[in-house]
Amino acid sequence: MPRNKPVTSVGDTVFAGVARTAALAIMLALAGVFVFLFIEGFPGLSAPTDVYRPAEDFLSYVGPLVFGTIWAALVALIIAVPFAIGIALFISHYAPARLAVPIAYVIDLLAAVPSVVYGLWGGLALAQALKPVLVWLDTHLGFIPLFVGPASVTGRTMLTAAIVLAIMIVPIVTAISREIFAQTPRLHEEAAMALGATRWEMIRLAVFPYARSGVISAVMLGLGRALGETMAVAMVLSATQVVTLNLISDTNPATIASNIASNYKEASPDRQAVLIATGLVLFAVTFAVNFAARMVIARGERKIAR
Amino acid sequence: MIRTSIRRAVVPGIAVIALAVTGCGASNESDGGSASDGDSGTSLSGELAGGGASSQDSAQQAWRAAFQGENSGVTITYDPVGSGAGRESFISGAYLFAGTDSYISDDEGELTKATDTCGAEPIEVPAYVSPIAVIFNLPGVDSLNLDAKTIAGIFAGKITTWDDAAIAALNDGVDLPSTKIAPVHRSDDSGTTKNFTDYLSKAGDGAWTDDPSDTWPLKGGESAEGTSGVVAAVKGGEGTIGYADDSQAGGLGKVSIKVGEAFNAPSADGAAKALEVSKPVEGRGEGDMAFDIDRTTTEEGAYPLLLTSYLLACPTYDDANDAELVKAFLTYIVSSDGQQAAADAAGSAPLPDSIAQQATDAVSVIAGK
Amino acid sequence: MTTTPIEPELTGIAAGLAAPRLPRIAVILTAVLALAVSGLLALLLGWGIIALLVVAVILFDIGLPVWSRIVEGARYAADRLTTCLVYTSFLVVLVPLVWLIGLVLKNGLSAISVEFLTYSMRGVVGEGGGIYHALMGTLLVTLATAIISVPIGIFAAIYLVEYGKGNRLARTTTFLVDVMTGIPSIVAGLFALSLFVIIFGPAIRIGFAGSVALSLLMIPTVVRSTEEMLRLVPSDLREASYALGISKWRTIVKVVLPTAVGGIVTGVVLAISRVIGETAPLLVVAGATDSVNMNLFSGRMMTLPVYIFQQYSQPGIVPHDGGDPPGYARAWGAALVLIVLVMLLNLIARIIGKIFAPKTDRRR
Repeated sequence: MPRNKPVTSVGDTVFAGVARTAALAIMLALAGVFVFLFIEGFPGLSAPTDVYRPAEDFLSYVGPLVFGTIWAALVALIIAVPFAIGIALFISHYAPARLAVPIAYVIDLLAAVPSVVYGLWGGLALAQALKPVLVWLDTHLGFIPLFVGPASVTGRTMLTAAIVLAIMIVPIVTAISREIFAQTPRLHEEAAMALGATRWEMIRLAVFPYARSGVISAVMLGLGRALGETMAVAMVLSATQVVTLNLISDTNPATIASNIASNYKEASPDRQAVLIATGLVLFAVTFAVNFAARMVIARGERKIAR
Repeated sequence: MIRTSIRRAVVPGIAVIALAVTGCGASNESDGGSASDGDSGTSLSGELAGGGASSQDSAQQAWRAAFQGENSGVTITYDPVGSGAGRESFISGAYLFAGTDSYISDDEGELTKATDTCGAEPIEVPAYVSPIAVIFNLPGVDSLNLDAKTIAGIFAGKITTWDDAAIAALNDGVDLPSTKIAPVHRSDDSGTTKNFTDYLSKAGDGAWTDDPSDTWPLKGGESAEGTSGVVAAVKGGEGTIGYADDSQAGGLGKVSIKVGEAFNAPSADGAAKALEVSKPVEGRGEGDMAFDIDRTTTEEGAYPLLLTSYLLACPTYDDANDAELVKAFLTYIVSSDGQQAAADAAGSAPLPDSIAQQATDAVSVIAGK
Repeated sequence: MTTTPIEPELTGIAAGLAAPRLPRIAVILTAVLALAVSGLLALLLGWGIIALLVVAVILFDIGLPVWSRIVEGARYAADRLTTCLVYTSFLVVLVPLVWLIGLVLKNGLSAISVEFLTYSMRGVVGEGGGIYHALMGTLLVTLATAIISVPIGIFAAIYLVEYGKGNRLARTTTFLVDVMTGIPSIVAGLFALSLFVIIFGPAIRIGFAGSVALSLLMIPTVVRSTEEMLRLVPSDLREASYALGISKWRTIVKVVLPTAVGGIVTGVVLAISRVIGETAPLLVVAGATDSVNMNLFSGRMMTLPVYIFQQYSQPGIVPHDGGDPPGYARAWGAALVLIVLVMLLNLIARIIGKIFAPKTDRRR
């Protein structure tokens, strides 16, 4: 019981009850997601073989999809996070104050551009523009497993999808990171400056340690969006049932979400169950990723506390 | 205190705005609905729910638009939920009619179940026939002649360059570059894929070994979402080849496929002709016009690479009004007006007269109990 | 931790004060040089303008820090380098932004007209038609989503900050909110579909199911932002209120919430802007229709994102003289309207936030 507990009244009991109910509702909702997906998806785990075509059973069907989902999100994160942190710093510490607010506003707006529009742009504009880049990567960096090629002639590759995903993640990570950067206690910053630190040293010594866990949770949010992004990937990626690290060829693994969106509208009831089951797997994957990220944050916080 | 009063004003303010905004209908719908039964000249009214194959969706839009225009008391919905889900909902009774890309069969007991639901064997009529074009993007080449075997070889990845001997042999005098071939297939399940693979396996002379299916059966290769996605991918690449509904293939090179000794470009007439020479599925009742498309036809001018989408309905309905609505709507669809409307809106091939007549007869038996 | 590493470098800092600095013109000089060199390379190797700019930026990012390293020393070079990188990252991200927005504006503006905004697609074949039904659907579905999510989200946040204080339910809830944040939108859609299919049968497609799916995506965002804002309320304020003998719930309602209301509203609107553009769940559960449907609880409901996708995937028949099918223009027009809608919402939120915000010495 909190020490500073004030006078209690009926209003208090009711209000506390409502607040508690809301917290419980969240729990119920999540349990519901699991239960209902399980009920509808369970038959999909052991459907007749030809439902899984071109794979044979559920595991071989969902395996490449899980790989594709994580791979696309990972590549997107690797591209997006440095940029996002750079822009967040730009807004919070580098840009002239007069520009910072409108710039922040523009970046926020990016988060609101619907994924369908990213899909349109990615499929029609970006894929075209990337074609020469893919060829260049193939010829000059072909010895790296990521770029063995052969370069896709349409530009609809994993790299393209990852770049689109990255652009979708950037505003999310930026928005949270800059808030956190801007909340760094001014005294810390001024103390560092007073000691003669350059701006970068000030950021390294005062801003980053303060913001670390916040930035990680921002990255987590971005990862969540990348893992589950559906339409943009479905409209950009040339996907099939394979596992490959190759980023620039026309043969790419699909992601779970894009696979569901692609195949939902003409799915037979059997296949629909399979798709819902893959949705359950996607849920489990994001759950695992979130769980891992939380562990990382918790460990980081313990270290700081020590 | 000012703050509180602003807050008090904001909430109802938003509510009023929301009401004002949501209170009015679209400008082009203001005289629709049940407002004017008398004007329409028909006695039809009520709601009719159907759904199924997404391939029919554009055509269904045109049919609904025209039919609801004629009969302003009627509201028809068509949910493009997919053929399988459409048949399932038809069997469960949720839909009074359903669209399906593959005719209902007893492979999974569906025909029996549908017969149970209807009380008699269901009526099945072809409603939407669309030629599938094999499209390609090869600078300097506008038209190509290919046979099914070569197309199968290309899509199976056995023929990999455009100057391959198999292609050159069919295209005398065409200057074929040595560009790599990039076949593009659908990444989503679709009736188009099923009909395309059906064509390859039946007419491909053994070059295509997979069973026809909604899902592209091979791993690897370029893929794209939806017809528009395939068209965009083919347009966006060089040396690409793909398959798409003919109506969407604007601006791209189209393959003329070998039929008998001639090479036929995709056309509505050709598709209609190919349907005409196809055999009805055996063992079906009078109202069931399921066809096994003759992919290997040698009929002059026929184009056997086509998609046929059917409509399912019951011969009898419990509710007489339901029966009237289904009968009137389906009669309109198979009429020459309806077929022309779909051709204009979706680029489909109008049913040949003989089949349209047969379909009209089949639909005419629909009645209430 | 934050102070220790500085001390060993103090001598370096002292030296730095006297060390030579680059002249102000150095930045411009380096930029001109980088452009010139890459321009020369471009001429020799026949690059396009994009490659030229890319190389110029890279040269600048290397050149300035190297020069600084020679004249100013390592510490200032590192500072220059990060400054360069920060500006570069901003410029790089600006490219797709401007490209995308430019494309939407160019294609969208030519599609928008009075007819486009007030017509539905009922009875429209070929060109013409509009987005009225989708606009109404989006507003209704989003409104219903907000009505479900905002109370649950805010009260859950209140519980976490004011009541839970680290007890088991609070810890579990925080964890679950994190999990929920990561729920992919398509999974939310499948959940709503499974739920409604079990209750109403396989052909069910209603707008309200879309709201349920979107709520699942909106609640965690609301909880998180509200929680953040409530935690920023200084505990002095609460204690002052308690000291006056005011009960806890009145303290929350009269002191804590008003102090944080600006941030909460901003958070809610950002949450709305996240869900308003969601396509996948609505595609799965709310379906698509060509007519206005004002009833959330019966029949399919069109929404703007689904409209965009439908117009893109079924754009209608290609005109005989080539060119794009009529659906593409409608898709771009709807995309523009959707983006403008979100911009307006953002603007309103900012104004409301400003009105309600208490006077504090906040930066930016």
